[in-house]
Amino acid sequence: MTAPVLVFGWGNPSRGDDALGPLFVEAVEAMALPGVECLTDFQLQVEHALDLKGRERVLFVDASATAPAPYSIDRIEPARDESFTTHAVSPPAILQVYREIEGEPPPPCWLMAIRGAAWELGTPLAAGARQNLMAALDGFRHWLHRPL
Amino acid sequence: MSFELETATVASENLRRVAIDPVSRVEGHGKVTILLDEHNRVHQVRLHIVEFRGFERFIQGRPYWEVPVMVQRLCGICPVSHHLAASKALDLIVGATKVTPTADKMRRLMHYGQILQSHALHFFHLSSPDLLFGFDSEVGRRNIVGVAEKYPEIAKKGILLRKYGQEVIRLTAGKRVHGTGAVPGGVNRSLTADERKDLLKDVYQMIAWSREAVQIIKELHQQNPALYDHFGTFRSNFMGMVAPDGSLDLYHGVLRARDADGRILFDQVDYQTYDRLITEEVKPWSYMKFPYFTSMGPENGWYKVGPLARVQNCDSIPTPFAEHERRELVAYAGGKPLHATLAYHWTRMIEMLFAAETIKELLQDDDLSGTELMTSGERRREGVGVIEAPRGTLFHHYQVGDDDLVTMANLIVSTTNNNQAMNTAVREVAKKYLDGREITEGLLNHIEVAIRAYDPCLSCATHALGKMPLEVALVDAEGTELDRKYKQ
Repeated sequence: MTAPVLVFGWGNPSRGDDALGPLFVEAVEAMALPGVECLTDFQLQVEHALDLKGRERVLFVDASATAPAPYSIDRIEPARDESFTTHAVSPPAILQVYREIEGEPPPPCWLMAIRGAAWELGTPLAAGARQNLMAALDGFRHWLHRPL
Repeated sequence: MSFELETATVASENLRRVAIDPVSRVEGHGKVTILLDEHNRVHQVRLHIVEFRGFERFIQGRPYWEVPVMVQRLCGICPVSHHLAASKALDLIVGATKVTPTADKMRRLMHYGQILQSHALHFFHLSSPDLLFGFDSEVGRRNIVGVAEKYPEIAKKGILLRKYGQEVIRLTAGKRVHGTGAVPGGVNRSLTADERKDLLKDVYQMIAWSREAVQIIKELHQQNPALYDHFGTFRSNFMGMVAPDGSLDLYHGVLRARDADGRILFDQVDYQTYDRLITEEVKPWSYMKFPYFTSMGPENGWYKVGPLARVQNCDSIPTPFAEHERRELVAYAGGKPLHATLAYHWTRMIEMLFAAETIKELLQDDDLSGTELMTSGERRREGVGVIEAPRGTLFHHYQVGDDDLVTMANLIVSTTNNNQAMNTAVREVAKKYLDGREITEGLLNHIEVAIRAYDPCLSCATHALGKMPLEVALVDAEGTELDRKYKQ
């Protein structure tokens, strides 16, 4: 049975603060919350539209070089955009693909962008990014209990 | 040495510079610079790529058994290719000159799952917007969302093909991402009968959709041969791995190369000796090296790799539907090698069909559920692993000390092998479509279409939000910016 809540984080764990998405998912997974499914990948891809099916709410989580620290969280809606690369498929575009291929609106979705600063191969998470991660996990607990 | 349009022959201060930075819809970060004079005549075109900076250093000093897992983090698009190439190289370190049938077939299944998902992603989501809507169609529509709106069934099949390939990877590698299935000396798991049955259930649909995909691209060629046969077309050598009997094998075999007319240059070459065969030239303007066949020199020894090279390099394809399509391609080309850049898409879809058929055959083989997973032998200090990754020939070369730590790592990735070919393709396109004209977004997209045909995997650029803009800047001879377009 599909879990009603999906938490989906992405990034490369070996590229410094790009690991924020996977680390966030790892921490949520460790909470072992009932009804919450966690997924992670190197990057957001079109087939992830299929993971939205049957959810009540979805949280996308990624590192961001531009979000306000420690993190931002925003409701997102389906949208076409021009940034379409296989590396940087935007979450709104994933929602748009869902709407087109499933013929129905996607479930309510939010994007949590955790501020990072350093992205070099082989470097660990920076101290500032770790603090932002902790703040984002606090924010997640609020989000989880927020009424739709 | 320098090729036509590689370096301007007039003083660069008299030229205007156009940069496409980064190229959109390719894996990673690419930049094209074009120097034009006041009449918009093209004087210089270069494709620059930020390559896998620091990768070898990242690997050196690590225990060899960590490497097949670590290298997956080099690339978010083809981690399985690095995983398998590294495992093959490190098989030799542990003395496993031949892995068990179960290990061989599990790895093959993983690899063909990767080929299927990567080729599906490329065709349906990277290139189909250009091919279905036209190179200079409305830019806001020229993407997969546009395809999903106009052709929802095609978009959905593309997504499901990719999803299926990833399910094959999940079951063979043990996890959806960061899998650990292949290890030096073999694999750490085999498939249960139920897992094979589950995958077999859907594979016939994947074969059918792959056949349809070949028809789509074949019809596009037939409907517009003037475009498809001539866009970015140039003659070159080509190289790839084939099975010892000359048939197509993307997992293991020997190296073979042909010249532009299809004559064999070398064959049955053991890839352990690749460093005697290939030299990598360094140029001051690019991070990426330019490989060439040492015996022929840089001017004549460069080559193409990837689907267009492989499908024409082999003597046959060992699955029926894909072999039928290969013969149609050969007949279309009139028995001579097809050098059309856009034929990469056609051959890529033939390979996707080959992958789907191969997955079906492997799933019917009981060796996949065997229990002999590992082998070993006399320890060695050096090994080379080669695989035909989705984008072309991928070399992994390691030396390991007595303390089990990697002392040397050298990777030649598919995109590096295609470096000169991609540069030549963009120069051909610039000459034909840009020379003497006012530069528009649609014209610049022609350059990108040529690059995308090679499916370059530059990857490992960080994929954080807000990190992949498309930027085009017009700069005059004094360096003053005249115009800039920015696409987030």
